[in-house]
Amino acid sequence: MGAQIRVYRQKIASTSSMKKIFKAMELIATSRIGKARSRARAALPYAEAITRAVSAVASQNDIDHVLTTKVENPTRAAVLVLTSDRGLAGAYSTNVLKQGDALTKRLREDGKEVRPYLYGRKAQAFYDFREREYDQVWTGNTDAPQVERAQEIGRTLVDRFLQPTEEGGVDELYLVYTEFQSMVKQEPVARRLLPLAFVESDAEDEHEPNPLYDFEPNAEEVLDALLPRYIESKIFAAMLEASASELAARQRAMKSAADNADDLIKKYTLLRNNARQAEITQELSELIAGADALAAS
Amino acid sequence: MAELDVQVVASDHAVWSGAAKSVRGRTVEGDMGILPGHTPVLSLLAEGELLIDPVEGGPIKAKVNGGFFSVDSDRVTIVADDAELIEG
Repeated sequence: MGAQIRVYRQKIASTSSMKKIFKAMELIATSRIGKARSRARAALPYAEAITRAVSAVASQNDIDHVLTTKVENPTRAAVLVLTSDRGLAGAYSTNVLKQGDALTKRLREDGKEVRPYLYGRKAQAFYDFREREYDQVWTGNTDAPQVERAQEIGRTLVDRFLQPTEEGGVDELYLVYTEFQSMVKQEPVARRLLPLAFVESDAEDEHEPNPLYDFEPNAEEVLDALLPRYIESKIFAAMLEASASELAARQRAMKSAADNADDLIKKYTLLRNNARQAEITQELSELIAGADALAAS
Repeated sequence: MAELDVQVVASDHAVWSGAAKSVRGRTVEGDMGILPGHTPVLSLLAEGELLIDPVEGGPIKAKVNGGFFSVDSDRVTIVADDAELIEG
């Protein structure tokens, strides 16, 4: 009997210490979301300026540039999937990976070979476990991404894109990440980065025609320098959004874990009290039975 | 006199923005000065100093490292890989 109470006590103790951990992680995630979002906001002017310049150049010029021209029959596509390094964030990584799988399937149905590029330890574990191939993986700091990392990824992917298809280069480049829509809603999305698709509708000054730029030193060199930066800034923006989403997902997961721990503690407390009461009752009845037996003899 | 609407941004933060009388920067082909009414231009920046003469206050200097420089209808955008203001 006493053994049972001890078991319940142990369970209550371990659940409460886990609850403390969940609570702490929830608070940490909450405090870091704000920082992640303000970093995403801080990177916005750069991304906007570069997008404006790139779309201005591409819309007015008939320059044949490798990064803007579409290959006739794309045969190979690179897919960059952004996940997190750590778990305990609910279905965050799973959802992105699912989105990546859906995109991969679609591309394969179109007859394209898919070359996965991964970001985050969770993606690596997912691919390793299924013994799937991937071209390259970057890990570390997914919850606080650095510009240098985005530049490194951007360079790798642009280089791969610039390689001729026969030598293993890719014709298209896709990016799969989690879009931060609000604190409670994050949506995994798949976007095509290359070849560039210009949508000018998101420019607020739509009526203002794009100016005719002079280029220095010349259009080709400007585009050469501009486009990799554009890709890098897109990747960096996606990484920042993904990090905010990761933290929001973690916060929510930890909140529900702490709530569950609360429920469990309540349940076990009730069971412990029951067991204790049962023990007392039994002791009493044993005592009385013993006394009765003595009195009768 | 017309003024320039200047925006200096680095890859992860905005560095400076405001109205200015002139901007001078170093492009890959040499120094370039921008006054209001400049023709639209898109140019590559070299590593060097950027000098902004704002409408209010003293001149502002910034160190920029790579990037590009766009001017259109008196709107100047300096998009640098890395930029920071120099005090003084």
